[in-house]
Amino acid sequence: MKPILMLTVLCLILGCSNDRDTAATADDSQLSGAVRMDGSSTVFPISEAVAEEYLAVQPRVRVTVGVSGTGGGFKKFLNQEIDINAASRPIKASENQRANATGIEYIEIPVAFDGLSVVVNPENDWVDFLTVAELNLIWKPDSPVTTWADVRSGWPDQRIRLYGPGTDSGTFDYFTGTINGKEQASRPDFTASEDDNVLVQGISGDTYALGYFGYAYYSENAEKLKIVPIDGGKGPIAPTEKTINDGSYSPLSRPIYIYANAAALDQPQISGFISFYLNNAAILAQEVGYIALPEAAYEAARQRVANRNSGSSYHGDAPLPHLTDKN
Amino acid sequence: MTTNKDLVTSQRLRQRQAKATFFKYFCIAVTGSAVLILGILLYQIISDGYRWVDWQFMTSYPSRFPEKAGILSAFVGTLWLVSLTALLAIPTGVLAAIYLEEYAPKNRWTQLIEVNIANLAGVPSIVFGILGLALFVRFMGLNRSVIAGAMTMSLLILPVIIIAAKEAIRAIPNSLRQAAFALGATRWQVVRAHVLPAALPGILTGIILALSRAIGETAPLIMIGALTYVAFLPESPMDEFTALPIQIFNWTARPQETFHELAAGGIIVLLGVLLLMNALAVYIRYRGSKS
Repeated sequence: MKPILMLTVLCLILGCSNDRDTAATADDSQLSGAVRMDGSSTVFPISEAVAEEYLAVQPRVRVTVGVSGTGGGFKKFLNQEIDINAASRPIKASENQRANATGIEYIEIPVAFDGLSVVVNPENDWVDFLTVAELNLIWKPDSPVTTWADVRSGWPDQRIRLYGPGTDSGTFDYFTGTINGKEQASRPDFTASEDDNVLVQGISGDTYALGYFGYAYYSENAEKLKIVPIDGGKGPIAPTEKTINDGSYSPLSRPIYIYANAAALDQPQISGFISFYLNNAAILAQEVGYIALPEAAYEAARQRVANRNSGSSYHGDAPLPHLTDKN
Repeated sequence: MTTNKDLVTSQRLRQRQAKATFFKYFCIAVTGSAVLILGILLYQIISDGYRWVDWQFMTSYPSRFPEKAGILSAFVGTLWLVSLTALLAIPTGVLAAIYLEEYAPKNRWTQLIEVNIANLAGVPSIVFGILGLALFVRFMGLNRSVIAGAMTMSLLILPVIIIAAKEAIRAIPNSLRQAAFALGATRWQVVRAHVLPAALPGILTGIILALSRAIGETAPLIMIGALTYVAFLPESPMDEFTALPIQIFNWTARPQETFHELAAGGIIVLLGVLLLMNALAVYIRYRGSKS
């Protein structure tokens, strides 16, 4: 009896949802079809916002966004199960090889900046800034650091407690790659969580804590945390919308990307979605807590899409120069 | 006149009674703390989320603006998922239970199968997700459709249904069957007219509890690639979908506090559905035990 009841409820709800189709204005440029997207949970809020706005313009296109993680998304992307993969790190050499082997052409599109933020507890009154070398000392594999005094003399002789994202996340890949010189190379004895809110809670309740995660999680919890300015060689700079956008917060500003299957761009609803993404990413990214790229980077990406320039222009160096690369 | 022996017994008696009283209050304390923890959890969820649960919340698609966001696609996705799971799992599970109890010869093979079914009931749900991804999504080419999700969920709850149905069928006194056989009924007639109706309350309770489990599961759905942002409703079993636990999971992971409140709102809806289903199970059992 129950399934019948359920189906009745289902039909009722299905019935009242049809007004979405009729509400669509009769426009010649109405597109339909599917846009299948998956990938990083870091990029998800931006993709959700873009999908939401795109559907307001093109209500008959079915945009779906999953969150399988950057690596999981690339697996699906290379299996051609999805059209677009969102990535919180550039495509890896191994993934690139698989794309070449299977003949998949992809277009790399940076959509926003995230500033990896290094934070401590608000009661921590000794840390004024950290250099990249000090971060490396703290986080490298077989790190000798066990107390704050080991980082810089004069700091408390208290055990340092470390928090960071789980090893599957693109954030972890980017931080270890930039600070320790090799992706996934990190000391293992830190509190790891895939949920950044858990890291925020841990650090805000632990005077001797140090941790890192995306800028949005710091800016939403700024009163519970203390940001650590990072000295990357040009003096200590704290991540703000301005320092991340103009690239002075270096090297922990990272671009986040979407990768589009070049062949899928022949479908008008997908190429429409991509150009909509590029035209609105700057505003929508900020609305959900990320930082816009310089306009030149979006323009370069538009060029790459228009010319169907496939491949990655990321060569493992500082993020900014390659973003404006038109090839 | 009080003898020495009487004194000892009354002392013993007091000791025994003290123990009995202690045990009673210990049990009350344990039950109380369990209820208290549940109460605190419920209070926190409801106080966080009640403001968000309204008609707009039930009839909107997800959005980056909390005040515009809703659970329509997730709620309808969950209904699709549970309905299809019920259609697949109930007949299979009940028929398997009938075979094992009424037809299967009681030999080592049957025993082996029964032990394995019991073991399957304890397998972590993510393992079923991996199986679903390889078998239904990839090999059978069902992609990330509702039917692939429902098939995975069916596998997950089949052992629970089979075990519950078997228990219910086994509880039917053998005299009932023998009386029917004595009148010349075939085994099919015995099962259909006597065993099944008598076992129905127990079977239905097991089914509803199993479906409640399917409603709350997230891990296998994430494994098979159920989506997070879907702004349309599935129109056929081959359509893509999202479900309530996934939407809740996604909202709790967001940095903004308001999305955590939305997640609490989603949890209230999910709890409401679960409570309804459990209440139905209690009611069916109650009616069954009266007749």
